[in-house]
Order: sequence, then C-alpha cells, then structure tokens
Amino acid sequence: MSAEVQINNERSSSIPLLEVKGLRIEGFSEKGWQEIVCGVDLQLKRGEVLGLIGESGAGKSTIGLASMGFARDGCRITEGNILFDGIELRSASEEQKRKLRGTRISYVAQSAAAAFNPAHRLLNQFTEAAVDHGVMSRDEAENKGRGLYRRLDLPDPDRIGERWPHQVSGGQLQRMMVAMAMSCGPDLLVFDEPTTALDVTTQIEVLKTIKDVVTFQNVAAIYITHDLAVVAQLADTLMVLRYGNQVEMGTTRQILDAPKQEYTSELLDARTRHEKLPSGTTQPEELLKINSIKAGYLNGPDILQNVSFSLTRGQTVAVVGESGSGKSTLARVITGLLPPRNGNIRFNDRELPPALKQRNKHQLREVQMIYQMPDVAMNPRQRVRDIIGRPLSFYLGLKGKEREKRTVELLDQIELSESYIDRLPDELSGGEKQRICIARALAAEPELVICDEVTSALDTIVAQAILNLLQRLQAELQLTYLFISHDLDTVASIADQVVVLYAGRVAEQGPKSAVFEPPYHPYTRLLLSSVPEMRQGWLEDTLSTREAQAGIAREVKITEQGCPFAERCPVAVPDTCVRDHPPLQTADTGHTFACQHDPGSLL
Amino acid sequence: MLQTPDCCTHANSMLNFFKIFLDAPLSAKFGLLVIFIYAVFSIFAPLLAPYGETEILGAAYELWSDKFLLGTDNIGRDMLSRLIYGGRNIIGLALLITFLGFSIGSITGMIAAALGGWVDQLFSRITDVLMAIPALIFALLILSVLGTSMPYLIGTIAIIDSTRVFRIARATAMNVAVMDYVEVARLRGEKLGWVMLKEILPNITAPLLAEFGLRFCFVFLFISALSFLGLGIQPPTADWGSMVRDNSTLITYDDITPLLPAGAIALLTVAVNFVVDWMLHKSSGLKDVS
Repeated sequence: MSAEVQINNERSSSIPLLEVKGLRIEGFSEKGWQEIVCGVDLQLKRGEVLGLIGESGAGKSTIGLASMGFARDGCRITEGNILFDGIELRSASEEQKRKLRGTRISYVAQSAAAAFNPAHRLLNQFTEAAVDHGVMSRDEAENKGRGLYRRLDLPDPDRIGERWPHQVSGGQLQRMMVAMAMSCGPDLLVFDEPTTALDVTTQIEVLKTIKDVVTFQNVAAIYITHDLAVVAQLADTLMVLRYGNQVEMGTTRQILDAPKQEYTSELLDARTRHEKLPSGTTQPEELLKINSIKAGYLNGPDILQNVSFSLTRGQTVAVVGESGSGKSTLARVITGLLPPRNGNIRFNDRELPPALKQRNKHQLREVQMIYQMPDVAMNPRQRVRDIIGRPLSFYLGLKGKEREKRTVELLDQIELSESYIDRLPDELSGGEKQRICIARALAAEPELVICDEVTSALDTIVAQAILNLLQRLQAELQLTYLFISHDLDTVASIADQVVVLYAGRVAEQGPKSAVFEPPYHPYTRLLLSSVPEMRQGWLEDTLSTREAQAGIAREVKITEQGCPFAERCPVAVPDTCVRDHPPLQTADTGHTFACQHDPGSLL
Repeated sequence: MLQTPDCCTHANSMLNFFKIFLDAPLSAKFGLLVIFIYAVFSIFAPLLAPYGETEILGAAYELWSDKFLLGTDNIGRDMLSRLIYGGRNIIGLALLITFLGFSIGSITGMIAAALGGWVDQLFSRITDVLMAIPALIFALLILSVLGTSMPYLIGTIAIIDSTRVFRIARATAMNVAVMDYVEVARLRGEKLGWVMLKEILPNITAPLLAEFGLRFCFVFLFISALSFLGLGIQPPTADWGSMVRDNSTLITYDDITPLLPAGAIALLTVAVNFVVDWMLHKSSGLKDVS
C-alpha cells in the first residue's frame, strides 16, 4: 500500500488527481427530471485545495458528492467524466467505488454531531473504516489515531479517543471528524461546509486543523462553502457556482482582487460591512429594562448572573457572545419561557410577569420572536395563510376577508407576492421561510422583536437581504429589536447598542461605536479578531496573535467567582482575575466595561 | 379522530375518489376491494344472508348443499348466514373499540407530551401498571369479575388497547413538542387544545395511522380470542371467534368449514394493512423515483 502511494505521489506533480469534465447531473422533482448541475469542469492536483462557492441550490454539495462518484437519491449523473487517479468513477463498479471511498477519498460533513454515532467511543469510530477495509490492524489504527490527534493539537491526545462524542466540545468534535477522514491516508478530501454552524472562535480552531491536514499530508481537497472569507484562507483555486452553472473559476487571488463576473462581485460585497445610520429617535424612550437577572435550568448553576441592560424604543440592541454565553437563555427569560431566579423585567415602564402563564394576551402580543432555523419554526402541515393568519385572529380577532386582506398586506411588506398564501413551508426557500417567520411576528403588531440568530442558517446574500428587510421594517414601524448573534459582521451592520455576554455575565456594553472601537475589552477583541477577513493569509496572521493563542480552542466555563474569561485572557492579572469579580467601569456614553484593567490601558 | 392525509381531503366528490383509487398500487386496490365487500356484507347483512342469525333450520353439521351453501353448524344453524352476521358484529365492535382506544390513547399521549412534568409521570406510570399485566389475562380477569356484558367488553379492550397507543402517541408527540413551532404557539398564548390538535396532531398522523391499522387487526383477533374462550360476544349472537370454537370438531373429519371464519379474519387483516401502508406512503410524501 505505502509503495503504491509513493508511486502515486511521484507522478502527481503533473497529472491531476481528480479530473471532472462536462459533468451534468439531474434531480427529480414534481416537474420531472431537471438539470441541477449543467456542465462543470474541474481539475485538482495533489496538495491543492479547490473552493466551491455559491448559494444554496447552486449544486455545490452535489458536485462534491459526484467527485466521489456518488449521486444522492433522486439524482442521477447524466453526462461527463469523473476521473480519479485514472479511474473512471462513472463506469466503476459499486464495489470498486466503495473501496475507494473508504480508503482514498474521504468526506467531512457539515454537522459533526450528526455524523458521529453517539453509541460508540471516538477512537472506535476512527478505526472502523481502516480495519473494515483491511488497510491496517486495530492496534495500528489506534496508534495512528492517537498520533493524528497529537498532530492536530487535540487536548490529551492519548486518551481523548476513549471519550464519547457528547463528551467533547463542538469544535473538537469537528476536528475529530477531520482526523477520522484521514484515518486511511486518503488522497482526496471533500469538506462540505465544515465550519458553517460554528462560532467564530471555534471556526478558527477547525480551519487551522484543516489547513494542517492538507499541508502535512499533501492531499487534494475540495472545500464547499458559501463564505468567501473562510475559503480564501484555504483554497488555491476557487470556483463560483450559481444554479448549477460555473460562473467563474480562477486562483483565489484573482477572484478576490479582480472578479470578472458581476455575480462574484455581488458575493464579495455581501460580506463587506454595511454601516447603519444611527436611528433618529428624537426622545430616547426606554422600552425594555432588564434588572439584575439571574436564571438557570432546573437545579443547575446560574446561566445568567446579574445581567442588566435596557432597550430604547426604535433601536436595535445586539447581544453577542460564543455558544454557552447565555444568549438564548436571555431570550427565554424575556419571553417568559424561563422565569428568572432573581431580578425583574420592565416593559413600557410596567413590570412584566416573570412566567409565560401569568402574562396576558396583550403582554404576549407586544414581544414576538424570530428563530434561527426557519425550517423548524413553522409547522410543516400549515399553509402560509394559517401561519400568518393565526396571530391575526388570535390577537386582533380578524376573520375571513379582513384576515385575508391583512395577510396579503403582510406578504407585501416582506416582499413576497400574494401567490405565496397557499404554499406549505416545504415549498419555500430558506430565505422565503425566514420572511414568512418575520411576517408572522409582524402580524401580532409587536413593539419588541427578539431575533435569535436569524441569519446564521442563511447564505451570505440571502442573509443580507433579510437584514435589509429588518432595517426597513424597523424604520417604517418603529420596531425595537433585540438581536442575538455570534456573527459580529451582522451585528456591526444592524446594531445601535451592543451587549457582549460571556459565561452569563455582561463583559461590556454600550453604543456600537464604543464597543467595536478601541479600547477593546479583551473578550471583544478576541471575538473581533476571529471574524475572517477577505484576504489570503489572514488565518496565519490571526493565529500568531497573543489573543488567539490564549483564547482559541477553549470552552466557555461558568465560574462562581473571579472573571470567567480569566483563563483565556492574554492580559489577565495573575491571581487577582481568578479571585475577584472584575470591577464595573462606566463612561458617560453609557458604556460599561467589566475588567480589572482601565480601558485606557487596553489600547 | 384520525385525519385523512392532505392528499385525500380533496376527494370529496365520487369522481375524485375514483381517480385516487385508480392511481393506487395493486395491493391497495385489492385491500380497498376486500374492505368494500366486507362493508357491503356488514351493512346489508339482513338482506344478503339467506337465513336469520339465530334460526335453527336443520340437523347439526349438515354438509354443503344447495339449501345450506356452507352447511350448518353444531346446532343446525346456517353457516353462511352466521358468517355474514358474525362479520357484521365483530367488525362493528372492533372498529368501535379501536376508535375508543385511539381517542383515549392519543389524547392522553399528547397531553403527557405537551405538559410533561407530573402529568406525564402520572399517565406514564398508570400505563406501565396496565401494560405489566398480560393483556389477555387482564381482560379475562376483568370480564370474569364484572361479567361479560357488551359495555364491559368494549371498555376493557379499549383501555388495554389505549395503553399501546399512548406509548406511540407520547413518543412521537414528544419529538414534535420540542420543535420551535410549538414554542411559537406557546409564546403566542395558545391553549393546550390548540397546541395538541393543530400543532402536534397533524405531524404525528402518519405513525398513528400505521398503528391504527395494526391495532384494528389486534383488537379483531383479541375479540375473537375472547369469544373462543367464551368471554367475548355471547351466544346466540354470531361472531367469528366462537364459530371456530363451536365447529372445531369438524376439523377431525377433514372438513374446512370451521376454518372459514378464521380465513375471513385473516383476509380482512391483510386487506386493512395493505390500505394503511398505501395511505402512509402517500401521507409521508415519499416520491417514487424510478
């Protein structure tokens, strides 16, 4: 086996490892077979990374799978050649392809949590493919696994394999997945959006692992994503796709610096910040005030510890932080799903009952929520008419024609035509679904809308459109948003005020300009420095900073005393930070800052 | 209780129904045809049966003849007539019991899933207790104590049956109850009834439907078994279970007549399951890709 690999390596320099020519794939829908990939060519040499970029439905994943000679159920490859190391995969037997897929081509899926079997230990899953394909014995495979874990800087590499999938963090699990894909020493790796669902800080951790793997193993890789800034860190060449067509292909530098096609420029623009003009409310009027909230689940620890802030009518307050910071818990407290253990919430200068059941219809109507995953936020058995219509009849008592008229008005407000009224959620795209969810929230004529990661599940361009819509609606209807997000780019474009939450405590809060401009709070600085920039070499630059070295690849831990961020903080004061609560420093602008350091010293 | 899947709600007119029937796979057509024939015989039993249900017409165990198409039973009643009336009794009873069991089981199941906490605990533990006792023995016990009247029979089997439905309804409803859209309904302030009927039920119809087909057959067999043991439908009312028992001696004489009621049970069971499979396939939205 190793001798064979050697020979392959030697002749690899000139001959492409993977060559796809004129690939056409059809998918089955209600209208019959339709072309979803329309003639794509690509070449990939060993040691090269090809990035496939496009919105959902562009055919990225379909092409990724086809390069393994695989077509999903309901899809068929109709034309073209797929040559892998001289083997025509389209005519290869199933047996031959299965052999290849296990050993020489590997696939890394988006959700590691779904790809690992929760009932087996990590190392057992690592060795499975290698042992099954007879590449090596179990002992050899286990040794190789431990070696790879060490190589990829996983904590405690000798024993981490004994853990179960639920015992490691999301970022670690995704890295274990990359390690698992390497178990048989493949020649080609296909990454399908491996960092899309992750926090910025975790994303860096995984990107570093992928970069390491590609360089030290000299493999070829296809990296599928909708995020140009991410793929720019890894790929040598980029292919931009739209509706199954190849829009543009070129080196990463050429695509980033001099895109030839309009669509590519559009993709590049969607990523750059759109600054929001300050909302022009003449008299700042306080809509929601949260007073020293403490909250937690069942008998668990306090997830939120002494959180206080307020929302001004007509403004957007963004709550940012990594997963585990308590952002969603905060939303649950405000909506009444989780009554706080301590503290209170005042809405329109009246105290809001802590529990959902104690709130009246009027109080419920005033606070509406929009969710992260529009797919599960709408009942798949209800039509748009009922989804939007129900709050209309429930809160406002509209019936029949009146209700219908108002539904159409709402559809118009979210820029969808009347024809959508009879559709089921399955018949909508991701962006359209999120628009319907917005319309449902608007139907209640709320004052406060809580947006929980509303754009994280969407493509860059679609996400930007949703943000524009939210801003337009805010201006028209004087809405107040509580915008929960881990994406600082999004926050920078939509927020007036920013609350940075870490381990259930407010690390820093204030006007956007004060939070996102120096002097930075050490945690805010880590978050900001982790947002990928649209340039090559950003990953290496960031990883070499002291913030990243101290803060990346660590989990959010809730602490009873001291500053919870202390162990990830590059400027932590020894002993003091672990022992004492950071003092709260307040500036005239309403900017508060919880740190042992004076803001002035943190430039 | 059971909702027809979306695809079938438009089948209001006869024509539409006929079209759906033509589109159905062969197994479903067969199932529908068999159910239709059973239904016709059950509904029009008095018109179609040559003799009365309990009339004694001739000698015991007469052979098949022009006068008695399928012969007579152990006390000289016409076998064919009793087969027709027996079907009417047992199908009606099984349907009633299954509907009752389903109503109890799925409503409590959904309540348990939607409310959780002590309500869930209470319902689940009661179910556990009931399920810990073997069904047939439990039924024998209750019916021996309370007597073998029709209401007790219906109530007993329905409650035993509802425990199985409860488990399925609760498990599937729990998966739905954690979805964001159920939370949306709760945040809106919807009452429990709305959450159950409008948000949860439509999303668990498919597994419940499959269970309904199975349960109906089990109930059918359960009644027959009880009748065979003498605790089910009481003579002289005809039913297929006790008919097998009454005429079982004939088997030793190489006569297949006592197996006819058993065959009728088997045929209906198969037919019902064919139809349920087809409906499941349609409502699950699976598309045939050829």
